[in-house]
Amino acid sequence: MSTVQTSLPAGAVASGEPSWWSRLQTNRNFIALWFMLPAAAFLILFLAYPLGLGVWMSFTDEKIGRTGIFVGLENYEWLWDDAIFWLAVFNTLLYTIVASAIKFAIGLYLALLLNRRMPFKAIIRAIVLIPFIVPTVLSAIAFWWIYDAQFSIISWSLIKLGIINHNIDFLGDTNWARASVIIANIWRGVPFVAITLLAGLQTVSPSLYEAATLDGATNWQRFRYITYPLLTPIIAVVMTFSVLFTFTDFQLIWALTRGGPVNATHLMATLSYQRGIISGRLGEGAAIATAMIPFLLAAIAISWFGMQRRKWQQGSDQ
Amino acid sequence: MTDTMLQSKTAAQATVNAAALAASDDSEGMSYLESLPRRLITLYLPLFVILVVLLFPFYWMGLTSIKPDEQLIDMNTYNPFWVVHPTFKHIQKLLFETQYPRWLWNTMYVAVGATTLSIIASVLAAYAIVRLRFKGADTVGILIFFAYLVPPSILFIPLASVIQAYGLFDSPLSLILVYPTLLIPFSTWLLMGYFKTIPFELEECALIDGASRWQILVKIVVPLAVPGLISAFIFSFTLCWNEFIYALTFLQSTPNKTVPVAIVNEFVDGDVYKWGSLMAGALVGSLPLVILYAFFVEHYVSAMTGAVKE
Repeated sequence: MSTVQTSLPAGAVASGEPSWWSRLQTNRNFIALWFMLPAAAFLILFLAYPLGLGVWMSFTDEKIGRTGIFVGLENYEWLWDDAIFWLAVFNTLLYTIVASAIKFAIGLYLALLLNRRMPFKAIIRAIVLIPFIVPTVLSAIAFWWIYDAQFSIISWSLIKLGIINHNIDFLGDTNWARASVIIANIWRGVPFVAITLLAGLQTVSPSLYEAATLDGATNWQRFRYITYPLLTPIIAVVMTFSVLFTFTDFQLIWALTRGGPVNATHLMATLSYQRGIISGRLGEGAAIATAMIPFLLAAIAISWFGMQRRKWQQGSDQ
Repeated sequence: MTDTMLQSKTAAQATVNAAALAASDDSEGMSYLESLPRRLITLYLPLFVILVVLLFPFYWMGLTSIKPDEQLIDMNTYNPFWVVHPTFKHIQKLLFETQYPRWLWNTMYVAVGATTLSIIASVLAAYAIVRLRFKGADTVGILIFFAYLVPPSILFIPLASVIQAYGLFDSPLSLILVYPTLLIPFSTWLLMGYFKTIPFELEECALIDGASRWQILVKIVVPLAVPGLISAFIFSFTLCWNEFIYALTFLQSTPNKTVPVAIVNEFVDGDVYKWGSLMAGALVGSLPLVILYAFFVEHYVSAMTGAVKE
């Protein structure tokens, strides 16, 4: 407190000899403490504490209705030899990499389209975002019906077009199931990528393109040497979020397949739920969830590094 | 000027192959150089295809929810892309024979409660970080950003035992208390951006006139940041409505569930005729958000892009 009091000499001189209470009332650190309190309380009680607790639980054999005892790395050793766990890791990586790459490609393409001049631009942009507004589970239910084994509209259309001759079992066959959940994820994620990249595109000055065109730049060159470098920082942020949310996805899988068929679509999050909550082995579930953390840190680090490097390049004038 | 541009444009076009069509032509200033057929192929056609794909599941959802059962399972007599004798049977069944209104109410209650708590906490925190400039304000700002990156999927198991310990299991109140951890980081960052744009001079004047920090916040800063508040509110509300894993884990009894959880768990009974009510449930659950969105599109977009751009 002493350092704080000396930092407010003006107030002290003006009012003669103020009480410690009135000094405290004008102290910015003291006021800030109260202003930060509600947010800090929520984040510490329900975010920071559970995060630590989760790591601790992964070292115990806690089950629902029974407090666990410390078992060291037993949960992790168990998972290390568990083929289903490794299948879930593989599925999660496949799901994240394929879905994120395609979301980025289609999202960027859609953003470039939406950035061009056209009638009803505002309405079209508003429509594009609708898949992002509607709760994931509810649109996943629509996809469930679209992917139905017997009454799928896709199978029906393809049969009528003469491309296939029997229904595709979208969610019953392992490879089809993987492709189906990835497509549903892409459908859900493209609007977010497109609209945020569009916001970045709108900050690029048209005169840059005009100058490049005068210099004889092709469409591709203008994209490669103007649009892409100027867009890189926002691409890094958007893709970090996209990768993060895809990697930890739970609800789309749970609504569509619940990890089936034969665990082909189990992601680490769904496996964690199944082992932790449904089977009641909280410790093991927490270990699977904790195993996701290194992957998340790696994803954040890569995109952070990409962003920094680009800043440095721009700063040094190429 | 125009001639030069046209020349260089044609020269450029000669060297471009068809694969480069995917590349950009962004500037509004030069779009008159494009012919209509070219625009049709490079712009309107791909845009149309993408829009159709993005909207088809909703069309299908809406169509199924008003289709009579016999048309749902007979795809040869009737064209499945259309409905012949629409019926409100599914929606009626949903609203009067299930606990759907109750679930809708739960979702609304949780979303409004959690959003309100989060916005209050975020306004206070954002103001403290941006304007009080207390010791360690920057560190706190970064910590809050990192809190945004912690996904629910790694927290639901320990949170379940925390909620159990507090005696809040199977109560919507548990969600009202937990959802702010998803909403506060986002709203705080969004509001920090808005507060930064408010001139310091306004606050200095008020300080000289003897206003307290609290009065400055309530009477000057918050009224000036109303667009930001609306953005934060709508976005948070949508996130609450969308949240699934916490609601699935914490709520056990049927009447306490939220719409997304209830749809997934309560309608799935293996009945071949379930689809009508299932789609009706998904449609009715989506409508409140879509209507809200229709009124506040600009706020919504600015919330989404604002939080990403920091």
